[in-house]
Amino acid sequence: MAATAEQEKDLIARILGGDVNLFHELVRPYERLVYVTIFAMLRNEAESEDASQEVMINAFRHLRSFRGDAKFSTWLVTIAMNEAKQRLRRAKAAIHESLDEEKEEKEGDFTPAVLTDWREIPSEALEKKEMREKLRAAVTQLPPIYREVLILRDLEELNQEETAAALGINVTLVKVRLHRARMMLQKLLAPYLKAAAPARKGFFGRLFQ
Amino acid sequence: MKLECKHVWEHISEYLDQQLDAQLLKDIENHLENCEICSAILDSTRNILVLTADDRTYELPVGYSERLHKRLEQALREKEDSPGSPA
Repeated sequence: MAATAEQEKDLIARILGGDVNLFHELVRPYERLVYVTIFAMLRNEAESEDASQEVMINAFRHLRSFRGDAKFSTWLVTIAMNEAKQRLRRAKAAIHESLDEEKEEKEGDFTPAVLTDWREIPSEALEKKEMREKLRAAVTQLPPIYREVLILRDLEELNQEETAAALGINVTLVKVRLHRARMMLQKLLAPYLKAAAPARKGFFGRLFQ
Repeated sequence: MKLECKHVWEHISEYLDQQLDAQLLKDIENHLENCEICSAILDSTRNILVLTADDRTYELPVGYSERLHKRLEQALREKEDSPGSPA
């Protein structure tokens, strides 16, 4: 359980006052938030763990610059996202790829996949490990500007304003990018979702088999 | 107002986040009642988002927390005299 904002403020004041060991307690509720945010961006376990440790250490070293007008968790996730993006850029530069990932795609196809003969997916199918792996793979396939919004909104469940603040963009852009990210994800995963749903057994099912 | 499928798709995200104004929401719900295609898109998107937020989709590596606090311990010790000062 995360501490209340008041308790957190108090903890931070005590840490800055010299009781540094309380930092463990301060960040314990957010260990998962930091790691998962980074892992969803990078999808490399070892690197994500190293990056998470760096983020926590940086948060400690710069704790004095936390203003307290945002939530501590939002501040922390901003540092985590920046660390992940920095590592992505470094990896990209290393393989001489273009760096214009920040450019907004105006002409992209952001329509969902049309699923004809759609059946409701049984929950057992969604429970399968393979489906989770497909989802993680699909998330990393999204261009970074869409991936980061989806991670903060739909994985970490930050609200629109917190997401906008963490990414340094406005709320309208958060909404546009989130919509596009969700539609791209639906398109990438639709074939697997469809395979997971039972085949239609009626007249048309027999006709087209 | 009668909506086309394409128009409905543009609002799926806002629909899921319950951000549509009352009139558009009503029009979209009317459309969904009669359109299997749009219902399937909505349903599949919703499933994907449920799965995304599920804790088991992204898991922590075994021993992550222990290793993290061990490394933090070192950093805290180094800075014990002046926490929060510029690195």
